[in-house]
Amino acid sequence: MNTPANLKYSKSHEWVKMTGENTAEIGLTDFAQDSMGDIVFVELPEVGDAVTAGESFGNLESVKAVSDVFSPVTGVVTEINEELLDNPALINESCYDAWMIRVGEITETENLLTGDEYDASCQEEA
Amino acid sequence: MEKKTPLYDQHVALGGKIVPFAGYLLPVEYPTGVIAEHNAVREGCGLFDVSHMAELLFEGPGALASLNHIITNDLTGMAVGRVRYSAMCNENGGVVDDLIVYRVAENAYLAVVNAANHEKDAAHMRANLLPDTVMTDLSEQTAQVALQGPKAKEVLASLIPAELAPKKYYTFTPGKVNVGGVDCLISRTGYTGSFGYELYCAAEDGVKLWNLLLEAGKEYGLIPCGLGARDTLRLEAGMPLYGHEMTDDISPLEAGLEWAVKMDKPEFIGKQALLDKGTPARKRIGLKAIGRGIIREHQEVMKGDVQIGMTTSGTFCPYLKQSCAMALVENGSVELGDHVDVIVRGRKVEAEVTEYMFYKA
Repeated sequence: MNTPANLKYSKSHEWVKMTGENTAEIGLTDFAQDSMGDIVFVELPEVGDAVTAGESFGNLESVKAVSDVFSPVTGVVTEINEELLDNPALINESCYDAWMIRVGEITETENLLTGDEYDASCQEEA
Repeated sequence: MEKKTPLYDQHVALGGKIVPFAGYLLPVEYPTGVIAEHNAVREGCGLFDVSHMAELLFEGPGALASLNHIITNDLTGMAVGRVRYSAMCNENGGVVDDLIVYRVAENAYLAVVNAANHEKDAAHMRANLLPDTVMTDLSEQTAQVALQGPKAKEVLASLIPAELAPKKYYTFTPGKVNVGGVDCLISRTGYTGSFGYELYCAAEDGVKLWNLLLEAGKEYGLIPCGLGARDTLRLEAGMPLYGHEMTDDISPLEAGLEWAVKMDKPEFIGKQALLDKGTPARKRIGLKAIGRGIIREHQEVMKGDVQIGMTTSGTFCPYLKQSCAMALVENGSVELGDHVDVIVRGRKVEAEVTEYMFYKA
């Protein structure tokens, strides 16, 4: 399992890359993409939508199942990764490059985990 | 406690993601993933462990009459070496299960039924046997693998003399065929919509047969495939699955299986109920999503503001690269080419009504 140390993680399997004081990129972790299998559909919010820490902002579908993705931060969507809409498999191929949304005006952040803490939390789940 | 098929250790060694299914621990996919496994079967070939399927042998001078009483299709005149698909009904005309039947000898028929219905089917069939019929459950002592895909022919041809391979769809080579030292029943059947074979052997020979096929298939791009691909392949080919397109209260006529229901047979369980019901109230249709979204099972199908039915299966079909579904709707409510809406988690997804055989080989 690949868990880069420079990112933060939520227990619900999203990674967060802080790109500024109150801006971040959010994506899906390697553990999550591997357990979902081939991802074939991505539903993302629209630019300008508000996201709330701990609440769903979209969903991902593999061949077999649908999973919600949760925002680890409260803020406003400034950009979505449109490439994923046409090519959801990018998340399987390179999940830490395949960010899903960029969020600005962040007012609140969940208690995020370090890479090591996240790995430990996945071990418990598995 | 789930059972293991004779190939369980192979699945684990190959990195299969093991899940419980119909009382067995089986791989849902291998590290290759569902999409690659699905497309291998469409373009090359794949190997499935289907040892969970249940095999019931019917022998004796009454075997033909017993089966013709129990199932909806007609086995009269079926030669040794032939296979027939059928449904079997309860007294209300609902489907107990679907199955395939091999005529293996003059007075012997092998029925293969779904693992999920194994106990129910065995009890139903045993309770309805006519005289002079002995039913034997061979499931525990049988391993079954499915070699599926356009390259399956070459893979099998590399292991047995060409004349021993069954040629026509729904036939098998009478007797046993020696595949690298393993005695097999080999039929030109499958549940994928692609060319292929199914091979049955003794449970203790399962590993040997599996490894022989994997090895022989290497140069043809054969990969092991899991339950995930088995489901997407059958759906893409419009093949019904028990518990979805057919249930205890869906008739085989509603499920679109009228070709396997011989109403001109003097009698079979459920015939009277089917006659009493008359024109089927519901009909199985295919749906292809036009809007963005993946249609899944148990979602409402709407024509305008009126609900006309529910989806029974749905997924993203990896070869067609499209969201396809099957649904059971009020008979006469839609025509091919009509547009309907499916309620996908609270959101309307537009879909076109199509034939349900989305993929044809």
